[in-house]
Amino acid sequence: MLELIVISTLNGVLFGMLLFLLSSGLTVIFSMMGVLNFAHASFYMLGAFFGFQLTKWIGFWPALVLAPLLVGAIGMAVERYGLRNTHKHGHVAELLLTFGLAFAIEEIVSMIWGRSPLDYRVPALLDFPAFTIFSTNYPAYKIFMLAVSIVIFVALLIVLKRTRVGLIVQAALTHPHMVGHLGHNVGRVFMVVFGVGSALAGLAGVIAGPALVTQSDMAAALGPILFVVIVFGGLGSLPGAFIASLVIGLVQTFAVALNGSLASAFGPLDPSTGPSVLTDIWNVTIAQVAPIVPYMLLVLILIVRPMGLMGTRES
Amino acid sequence: MRKLTLAIAVIAPMLGHAASAEDTVKIGYIDPLSGGGASVGEGGLKTFQYLADELNAKGGILGHKVEIVPLDNKTNPQESLVQAQKAIDAGVHYITQGNGSSVGAALSDFVTKNNTRNPGKEVLYFNYAAVDPSLTNEKCSYWHFRWDASSDIKMEALTNYMKDTASIKKVYLINQDYSFGQSVRTDARKMLGAKRPDIQIVGDELHPLLKITDFSPYIAKIKASGADSVVTGNWGQDIALLLKAAADAGLKVNWYTYYAGGAGGPTAIKQTGLDHQVFQITEGFANSGNQAAMDYEKAFRAKVNLSLWYPRAVNEMRMFKAAAEKAKSIDPVKVAAALEDLKFEVLDGGQGLMRKDDHQFFQPIYISSFGKLAANEPFDEESTGWGWHLVSKIDTPQAMVPTTCKMVRP
Repeated sequence: MLELIVISTLNGVLFGMLLFLLSSGLTVIFSMMGVLNFAHASFYMLGAFFGFQLTKWIGFWPALVLAPLLVGAIGMAVERYGLRNTHKHGHVAELLLTFGLAFAIEEIVSMIWGRSPLDYRVPALLDFPAFTIFSTNYPAYKIFMLAVSIVIFVALLIVLKRTRVGLIVQAALTHPHMVGHLGHNVGRVFMVVFGVGSALAGLAGVIAGPALVTQSDMAAALGPILFVVIVFGGLGSLPGAFIASLVIGLVQTFAVALNGSLASAFGPLDPSTGPSVLTDIWNVTIAQVAPIVPYMLLVLILIVRPMGLMGTRES
Repeated sequence: MRKLTLAIAVIAPMLGHAASAEDTVKIGYIDPLSGGGASVGEGGLKTFQYLADELNAKGGILGHKVEIVPLDNKTNPQESLVQAQKAIDAGVHYITQGNGSSVGAALSDFVTKNNTRNPGKEVLYFNYAAVDPSLTNEKCSYWHFRWDASSDIKMEALTNYMKDTASIKKVYLINQDYSFGQSVRTDARKMLGAKRPDIQIVGDELHPLLKITDFSPYIAKIKASGADSVVTGNWGQDIALLLKAAADAGLKVNWYTYYAGGAGGPTAIKQTGLDHQVFQITEGFANSGNQAAMDYEKAFRAKVNLSLWYPRAVNEMRMFKAAAEKAKSIDPVKVAAALEDLKFEVLDGGQGLMRKDDHQFFQPIYISSFGKLAANEPFDEESTGWGWHLVSKIDTPQAMVPTTCKMVRP
């Protein structure tokens, strides 16, 4: 049992940190521009595909740097030539732009790389078990993913809280006009933040690609969970996104690990033994409902605390 | 003048289309070409296209050219019906599908209704891989023909083999959460319980179909249960990723599978280092020892650059031709009648039979294990250097199971 708990915790934290890499960009972009970027998961997918292609051409390590930069550049272009122009037409136009973009990216990706999963391998240098606990190996690559996520989290925190750049970004979050009056180029701040957010998503894609599956529906598979994370954590709150990512990562992993069903909670009074149309429902295990647990959390938090865990405003 | 040109431009292609439609036998291939099932679906498509080319090189079926029409159903029953209707509207009288028994059930039902409502425009459904037993039992249809062994036949054979393996003490079941996965788990529980009551079922897992990208949490659970063997009907990315996660975690168990040989599976098994500890049950495999089949495998690999994963597709297409020739017609109604009780020499050797009572094809079944190759086994998989090795062969009479089908004949 202890073994299961330790391994599940590791897996859960890992998945949570990956979610955080993605949601950090999304939530910062939201709090600055008030735009829910529907194409964010698509940038993650682009990262994975660029990572795959560049790995083939120049190797994994250069790809790890170049692919996020490329995705970041695409993100900046989207902000500069897309969102900035639609901004004056209001949030709905911006929302629709990112919505359309998500579909466009998916189609373009499947046109170039096809629809079946790509053979994106873990680099040979990291293809060994890092350590063994209770006779279970833990792959080095997963430790590497964890390390990258933590480094990015710390770096992001330092930049936002301790540097002048972070100061301007934070000010632009709440008082864009005042920042503009003080002589800063708010448009450029937005563009850079959008670019950095996209690059983070791209980085998540590059490192998650070999561990998970790289295929053209990976954005659609992860997109909804991201919205759960940022709503659960509180829209626009970075610490909120961090906590929510970990919570959802752990909840999902542990839900799989648990065996109990609703019926077994009643012990000897197991209601599923009686003939009833509800037998199936009583016998559904927690593991089976694992995939919907995050969405149930989303509904719950919206009812109980609409601004999310660490959010400051209702929106 | 301009109007005339326009009219010709519009009508001319239609005429050409109508003429060619008359000559070709179109087979609608309805399977996933995107999403989690895509790797399997694309392999199947290449196989059928190879088979069609092969038939066409020898003059087609009764002089008619065979054409495969690929239709992407995204492993979704609803989408499959849309695609089936599209195919029928385009003049298709034969559809073939394999991935997903939920899809199979929907298509069988759809074809049956279509044929009742549109006499004279019948459509046959050739099922090459959807193995839920209900399709040839309580939900059987006259218009459905299945070439793969149904799940209960496979489980019967697999448990017969497991019965004699004394080292099996604790078994873990992990399956996809839909009709087929559920039938695997019920059959496994029932048959293991009857044949080896001393075996303990230490886990019984159902997970969402083709949605999981990381199986590590499930592997951790299998590990914690102390199981020595895992039984799974997983296919497509669900088996490849399951084995990949097992390899990463260093899980050492015996695997009794239906489809471990699917795309990505062999690579992952090699990575686990489990030499001849992963078993699969099929109607044929590369190193079966049958010379004709092995020559065929060689030619197939040279052209398609894939292993022949569907010997049953070869049987299906060849039997289609045999039935059409017997009926002297490509009319679906006549072909269906000719297929009933048709005996046929299968690709890997031995006689098979399309049983009239339920339209299930019975054929020899093989259990094979994956690992280092012997001298007389030339074929490896996915360039791993490892390949499939014969463990046990079950002949047609022993692979037959009773049916509860009450066939409604037209």
